[in-house]
Amino acid sequence: MAGPMTITEKILARACGQESVQPGDFVNARLDLALANDITAPLAIKEFEAAGMTRVWDPEKVVLVCDHFVPNKDIKSAEQAMLVREFARRQGLANFFDVGRMGIEHVILPEKGLVVPGDVVIGADSHTCTYGALGAFATGVGSTDLAAGMATGEVWLRVPETIRFNYEGEPGRYVTGKDYILYTIGLTGVDGALYEAMEFGGGAIRALSMDGRFTMCNMAIEAGGKNGIIEPDAITEEYCRGRALREPVMMKSDAGAEYARVIDIDVSSIELQVARPHLPSNTVPATELSELKIDQVVIGSCTNGRIEDLRMAAEVLKGSKVHPDVRTLIFPGSQLVYQQAMKEGLIDIFIEAEVAVSTPTCGPCLGGHMGILAAGERCISTTNRNFVGRMGHTESEVYLAGPYVAAATAIAGTIAVPEEVLA
Amino acid sequence: MIFEGTAFKYGRDVDTDVIIPARYLNTHDPDELAAHCMEDIDKEFVDRVQPGDIIVAEENFGCGSSREQAPVAIKAAGVSCVVAASFARIFYRNAINIGLPILVCPEAAGDVQSGDRLSVDLDKGEVVNLTRDKVYQADRFPDFMQEIVAAGGLMAHVKKRTQSGGENA
Repeated sequence: MAGPMTITEKILARACGQESVQPGDFVNARLDLALANDITAPLAIKEFEAAGMTRVWDPEKVVLVCDHFVPNKDIKSAEQAMLVREFARRQGLANFFDVGRMGIEHVILPEKGLVVPGDVVIGADSHTCTYGALGAFATGVGSTDLAAGMATGEVWLRVPETIRFNYEGEPGRYVTGKDYILYTIGLTGVDGALYEAMEFGGGAIRALSMDGRFTMCNMAIEAGGKNGIIEPDAITEEYCRGRALREPVMMKSDAGAEYARVIDIDVSSIELQVARPHLPSNTVPATELSELKIDQVVIGSCTNGRIEDLRMAAEVLKGSKVHPDVRTLIFPGSQLVYQQAMKEGLIDIFIEAEVAVSTPTCGPCLGGHMGILAAGERCISTTNRNFVGRMGHTESEVYLAGPYVAAATAIAGTIAVPEEVLA
Repeated sequence: MIFEGTAFKYGRDVDTDVIIPARYLNTHDPDELAAHCMEDIDKEFVDRVQPGDIIVAEENFGCGSSREQAPVAIKAAGVSCVVAASFARIFYRNAINIGLPILVCPEAAGDVQSGDRLSVDLDKGEVVNLTRDKVYQADRFPDFMQEIVAAGGLMAHVKKRTQSGGENA
């Protein structure tokens, strides 16, 4: 008789065909999806072919997305994207997403119903942990792990211990999932959940939208976590309806499941958060940074590039103009998000506010293109990392925040909260 | 396997963006990547590193992105081994998978200074500081990972398995 398990343990047990697993076990898990992008796929393809592999294990389940350096930023990037494109054609991959069809990988995979609750997913991108928001096990790996996954449809994993985070209480007016997760990383530090599963639950999570849940699970890696995960509920079910391409398997942690730690967080005490350079754990309330002048604002990314994020930005920017000393860039996370924003009139609000709206791309988040910073410049961004040189020059600075604070800052020119710019 | 080299010592949370900045990820050529290794944290690293040298760091080495180009750049720069108090998990897997030797050794991470001459015995899991005449004991790899290392990396390991199982030519 299997003892009580966490949702992460249950998903992994099912994927390796065992009745139960325990933290510390090494398992070979069957994959539901293996993902790579235009930066990580070339190396994976090279490894795959060098090992003499000819066919991927399942052309329906290997997903390649060109999103980091596309539309091609230079000749070398064009050549890498071409390598990915040609491999996708050769292998007859059903799910290859290129310019015009692509979006940011972690926005489009759930959106298209490619990931469903109960799945095991690996991606050669550290933010693959985003899909835990659906009640799936999803984790980032490197290119060689991905190559092995493409060949075999399996991945070796050490079953992680789980930290349970309980969020209770009523959040403040503009406090979002981004503030919850920044606050949490501020508590744990950037390696506080190293090798562990981060299970987010409690009343405030059950009240959180899918978009907010994606934002939270997206940043589990910034605490060192192996995966972030949220037990599926009616909100998950509603999100999957009409989009899930396979039958979801909704699992929950058993009563009595063992946790490495349980951390209780009262969200009513969480203020709007900003993470100062150069670690996502350097969090402070936004109001403590109100003197800080900002040169650039970025709203988008796999963390905050979904429709709800753009609605938050528009709510603040509507009828205002961006401060004359600030450049503001908005990146819808997918073509669908872009189109929906157009239908709702959000793009008009942004353009009238003198914001540049771009086709979906990871772009400036990792200092790729479309908004690189000069020495001494300062950016507030809804992205996920603020490491040295992350968005450009090593002497530039990135401050991480949610869409409300980013949009308010765009208007004020200094770090601001919505109340300061909304009459 | 025994390596001997000079230590390059770094602090905690050395992220993959400083190991190999994303602006150089438009290639996957190991030598091109190696030419920019550690550039954003230590501009002199590439000029000073000699074949066999050893990177020593504190906690959470390799945090951040999943880019395998990080261990690839370190290996191609000539580094024989990375010793740290702890590694971020994706970097840890990537290093094993591409055959960059790594050792978890908090004792060495806390004591070694840049410029110390070190000798690392991978099989014994031992780091010897020749400059300070000290020996530090490292953690042993779990058996499961030793199998991968012994097979010569993950793809070799997979190839061996699939060939015996006959699933993928």
